[in-house]
Amino acid sequence: MNTPLSGKMPTIALAAVALFLVVIMPALNAGGIVSDFTLNTWGKYLCYAMLGIAVDLLWGYTGLLCLAQALFFSLGGYMFGMHLMLMIGKLGQYKSDLPDFMVFLGLKELPGFWQPFYSFPFATLMVLAVPGLLAWVFGYLAFRSRIKGVYFSILTQALTYAAWLIFLSNDIITMGGNNGFTDFRTVLGADIRSPETRRILYIASAVALTLIFIGCKWLTTSRFGLIQRAIRDSENRVLFSGYSAANFKLFVFVISGMIAAVGGALYVPQVGIINPGEMATANSLEAVVWVAVGGRGTLIGPIIGAIGVNRLKSWATTEYPDYWLIILGATFVLVVLFMPKGIVGIPGQIRAIIERRKHRQTIREEDLAAANPSPEAE
Amino acid sequence: MSLIPYILAAEGLNKSFDGFKAINDLNFSLEKGELRTVIGPNGAGKTTFLDLITGRTKPDTGTLHFEQTNDLLKMNEYEIYRLGIGRKFQTPTVYTDHTVRENLLLSLAGPRSIWHSLFGKIRKEQEERMDEILHTIKLTSRAHAKAGSLAHGQKQWLEIGMLLAQDAKLLLVDEPAAGMTDEETYRTGELLLSLAGKHTIVVIEHDMTFVRQISQGRLVTVLHQGNVLCEGPVDKVQNDERVIEVYLGRKKKAA
Repeated sequence: MNTPLSGKMPTIALAAVALFLVVIMPALNAGGIVSDFTLNTWGKYLCYAMLGIAVDLLWGYTGLLCLAQALFFSLGGYMFGMHLMLMIGKLGQYKSDLPDFMVFLGLKELPGFWQPFYSFPFATLMVLAVPGLLAWVFGYLAFRSRIKGVYFSILTQALTYAAWLIFLSNDIITMGGNNGFTDFRTVLGADIRSPETRRILYIASAVALTLIFIGCKWLTTSRFGLIQRAIRDSENRVLFSGYSAANFKLFVFVISGMIAAVGGALYVPQVGIINPGEMATANSLEAVVWVAVGGRGTLIGPIIGAIGVNRLKSWATTEYPDYWLIILGATFVLVVLFMPKGIVGIPGQIRAIIERRKHRQTIREEDLAAANPSPEAE
Repeated sequence: MSLIPYILAAEGLNKSFDGFKAINDLNFSLEKGELRTVIGPNGAGKTTFLDLITGRTKPDTGTLHFEQTNDLLKMNEYEIYRLGIGRKFQTPTVYTDHTVRENLLLSLAGPRSIWHSLFGKIRKEQEERMDEILHTIKLTSRAHAKAGSLAHGQKQWLEIGMLLAQDAKLLLVDEPAAGMTDEETYRTGELLLSLAGKHTIVVIEHDMTFVRQISQGRLVTVLHQGNVLCEGPVDKVQNDERVIEVYLGRKKKAA
């Protein structure tokens, strides 16, 4: 059977990978074999992998090329960042209860909407609720009006761009403007920069990714998943089979937005900064490239793609900093031309080539067999 | 006549596309259990008429009722589907990346909510129903093949199978025999005949041999320029002068 790698990939192998990421990596770090820097880098990669899955759930599975996932990722990051900013307390530059940027702006007291973010559970809830609500409102309007294909992509990009402009300005909302949030000190009372806290943040990312993977696996293999792919392949037929395609798309859109947001919320404490640059248009596009490279329409593909492309990026930006964008673009073009199913699809492609060879071989042999007896017959 | 309950009734339908009158003051009614064949030259408005019934487009004026009380003009595609109106498209429209069985599964009558799609179980009688349909449409051996790998005729049959799975009250079948061999066409006709009575069926068709096979004295409606030109048994219709002029005559000349 030419099922993709992810389809029949033994659960044991996946469980082993999950075990490695969740338990063995941090254990090796605690034992001093894996450096703090490496572990922290991998923590970031795992957050990117969540963003990749969010993109793929829409693009690969539902046929919606969404260019707003970096926005949902950033919003998740901002929501958790607000909590981290308040936890700095008087440890900031200005020794004030207010976050530094507010003192700098001349604010005398905390804006009302910041107040509840002192609470960790509230901030965690908002990580899901704010991006989820935005996705719901935007998706409701877009899907009800039956906006599809490239128009949907353009609109999501416009949404991201508008949000980027809003976050850049301190006049519209008080969210740190151009500089965003940084200089975090503590999370749940622990020093955010200590190796122990970083290890826990890494583990949290690995666990979150594992749970998201399992959840999406279940979602995409249920009847819901069948309808999702049916919408991708023939939305009209779905409508004429009695399903409200708009509702199904809306549901996936909200779920995907929340998954991206979880990635963002775990990303921010690990990198120590969130600013509007994180929601720039290019970031959404980069996530699309990860998915294309890894293999869309699979769950393992976006993870491989996110980690693979970002490793490449880490290497390229130190070795050839001026050429990174060219390398990224070339990678994308090559994948689209020669690996339409991405890295995950390579085994299938090789198998197809071998089978074609074999087929040609048998035809040649048959031709020979047909050609040979004829002189004898004459 | 008025005592017989119409399952579908259209009155004074009009629909223009950029000034072209695709449907022109169309009146059409269908009794429960009928198998009606609709013929007409290209551009007569046959497919547009199906689009109007299934909610794909809305008419400019007119009324369209299903089982008397349901105003189809106020509903969208999936709401109309849920009333029990199923449609087979002119070009076979199946889910190519899904298996044959999955195609049927998605079409099976039942709840259409997100919740059900996540947590609903496939019941035993549904499994049996799918087996039965696979047998009827002669695709049992291809049940786990991707629908995209089927031959054209098999795709047409699968789409008819999807209508059977839906257990629709009204089946709208647009050119079921297109691209089929003579034998496949004949078997398609037999299949449709076996469904008549249990379901109400509208068949749009060009192939007159096929029309003769399935109409068997039943009413045939001839559409021309978006209007009903005449209605009657196939022999009467084929001998109607107006019909010969606009449709069959042209065909005879060509032959």
